[in-house]
Amino acid sequence: MKKYTVLLFIVFFAWSCSDNGPSGPNPDDFDREAILVNWGDNIIVPSFTDLSEATAQLHTSAETFSASPTLQNLETLRGSWESAYLAFQHVSMFEMGEAMQLRYRDNLNIYPTDTTEIKQNITEGGYDLELPSLNNSQGFPALDYLIHGLSENDTEIVSYYTTNSDAQNYRTYLTDLTLRIDTLTDQVLDSWTSGYRDEFVNNSGNGANSSLDMMVNDYIYYYEKHLRAGKIGIPAGVFSGSPLSSHVEAYYSEGFSKALFNEALSASINFFNGTHFEGEADGQSLDDYLDYLNTMKDGADLTSIINNQFQDAKNEAQALNDNFAAQVETDNNLMLGTYDELQRNVVNMKVDMLQALNINVDYVDADGD
Amino acid sequence: MLWSIIRFAANGWITKLYIEPQFFFSYYGFEWVQPLGQWTYLLFVICGLSSIFVAIGYKYRWSIIVFFLSFTYIELMDKTTYLNHYYFISILSFLMIFLPANAYFSVDAWQNEKIRSQKVPTWTIGSIKLLLGIVYFYAGLAKLNSDWLFEAMPLQIWLPAKYSIPILGDLLQQTWVHYLFAWSGAIYDLTIPFLLLYKRTRTIAFILVVIFHVLTRVLFPIGMFPYIMIASALIFFDSGLHNSILDKISGWLRITKSLFDNGSIYEYPKKWIQKASLSIIAVFFVLQLLIPFRYMLYPGELFWTEEGYRFSWRVMLMEKAGYANFKVVDPENDQRFYVDNTEFLTRFQEKQMSSQPDFILEYAHFLEDHYQEQGIKDPEIYVDSYVALNGRRSQPYVDPNVDLTEIEPSLKHRTWLLPFDDEIKGL
Repeated sequence: MKKYTVLLFIVFFAWSCSDNGPSGPNPDDFDREAILVNWGDNIIVPSFTDLSEATAQLHTSAETFSASPTLQNLETLRGSWESAYLAFQHVSMFEMGEAMQLRYRDNLNIYPTDTTEIKQNITEGGYDLELPSLNNSQGFPALDYLIHGLSENDTEIVSYYTTNSDAQNYRTYLTDLTLRIDTLTDQVLDSWTSGYRDEFVNNSGNGANSSLDMMVNDYIYYYEKHLRAGKIGIPAGVFSGSPLSSHVEAYYSEGFSKALFNEALSASINFFNGTHFEGEADGQSLDDYLDYLNTMKDGADLTSIINNQFQDAKNEAQALNDNFAAQVETDNNLMLGTYDELQRNVVNMKVDMLQALNINVDYVDADGD
Repeated sequence: MLWSIIRFAANGWITKLYIEPQFFFSYYGFEWVQPLGQWTYLLFVICGLSSIFVAIGYKYRWSIIVFFLSFTYIELMDKTTYLNHYYFISILSFLMIFLPANAYFSVDAWQNEKIRSQKVPTWTIGSIKLLLGIVYFYAGLAKLNSDWLFEAMPLQIWLPAKYSIPILGDLLQQTWVHYLFAWSGAIYDLTIPFLLLYKRTRTIAFILVVIFHVLTRVLFPIGMFPYIMIASALIFFDSGLHNSILDKISGWLRITKSLFDNGSIYEYPKKWIQKASLSIIAVFFVLQLLIPFRYMLYPGELFWTEEGYRFSWRVMLMEKAGYANFKVVDPENDQRFYVDNTEFLTRFQEKQMSSQPDFILEYAHFLEDHYQEQGIKDPEIYVDSYVALNGRRSQPYVDPNVDLTEIEPSLKHRTWLLPFDDEIKGL
């Protein structure tokens, strides 16, 4: 018995003084919390701050237009809508914390928007935009319809807000929508600046509820469902058999869907590489973590594989028409080509990257078999 | 066991796993086992109650049968949640049906003098020891492969991710620690049943059991298993220890334990019942010894094809991640489109489905039925799938040119999988 106890002690002793061991990379080489700090401070909070300014501007423009519905003010409003919609592409993937509670993304960007319901809300009034059932009659897509889609002709669009029998209701609905976008955005931003950022960074452990695991899950989910499928796959008819031009993002703008897609793709690439918002600086992110893990097992260079694939998708998308609705109607193969390139990175990230990072998909026991 | 059920319910897992999903993956031959809607809760209650009755030894024979049936039914409902230790509990409870575990210190024995006996035949306890021994030893044998021993895979993937565990976190970043864990794990599994059997090494063996399982509890999400194994290992000790534990319990509950110390040896009520029990147990063990080796009947890499992987104590052996994109083709008008898996499966189901061929096939048949209802007369279903195994790059998995609706689920070798372009040596 004594012998074993001694043996046990030796094993533990060997363990405990192993810190000076020469083999393997130094554990201090990599600080996972630095990724969270970089995401929070250099990407997420700046992106929401930027969007918050844009949505405030959007609401101001809507109020100006509502007070004085002129062609000139309509143009200004459209400009503000475009800026805010582009800024939104940088935060759409961060559906966590307050954003998740509010179901922020569902409130702001469900398309195709329900035009029948919008008209009904306007004529009947008494709508409650907080109801989940009204998610598809608000947000950026509903605004798209209200400022681009009411008619083919701009003068006629303005007439909805001036001479139409429901003109007053149209004006109210318009500003109700912009106010809601602005309020929700501020709510999410406030939560990040008043405590959630620290909670996010401090939750640096491992396990399915850690910030890293949740964020990576959300990121891949966003990339697969909202970027790949929502913006490209669904309109191209990948899931339905035939193209659905009315399902493109910003359908009524007739020409803004590609800009939104490009912005969203860039945001995804920047997130993967930890590139600061509206900057060139390269902070810690998934690319660095993959590189670090690779020093242990010298497998394939996933960072380059994923980045090259991002680039291929970007290149493929360059040939697309600015208006994706026109693209799927004239030459859907180009659209399908872009989809395929995006799809390849779903495999790279969902299979290879998740495995390398050992990130759990959901909170259930599993012993890996 | 009761604790396990409560934990399951407390986590909201009943709802999440058995009520919410639209579709469940069945075991081959057990397709008739389906969740019972809201009645599933009742099933869990029954299972919980029967486990209490088993523990206190009240109407033992009936309770253990009910427990075995209800627990096994729960496990058979959806193979997404397959875990080796749930299987262990199922077969252990099956084995216990034939054992007189109510002979001593139980309500039955307290009420019924005929059952009450201080001793039971050695083979009854021996059979549980044997089962535990098989679990460990086979788990050890399964670790003797090149990935585990020479690549420290999949530990190399799992351990570094546990960086935030106090003290160990930094160590787990070291390559040599991964190898140490791999080798000591294999040696532990292979030797522990023998160390537990011999009196001289038993105490140290038990300490190892505790260390090993506490470590696995800290490192991996494997639920109750470590505690169950630690408690089960107590069976290797002789009656002295058990008696002192029971003395303590008797003290707390104010039970006169001496009532049970009548010196008699348990006898089955009829000779033929004992004979039947013995022969069932014998057949049971022959099967237990053979089933883990059934993979030898199949060509190809076991980890890749998973033909004969389950029910064979292959625990923590591989990290497999997959992605499966299903394409539906309507041959009548040559329309084709892809399936959004999240429409039908939970995230967890999707993860499990995408790397396991039997899941992929079953899901394909589910999709066939679904799209037939949607009006496609004879849909063809193809899958574009990738699987990464133990840190290797992902590679195509199922042959994308095979119409899965043409393939019936069976235990035959799956010719529709693409070959694995590497080799894992070993058992």
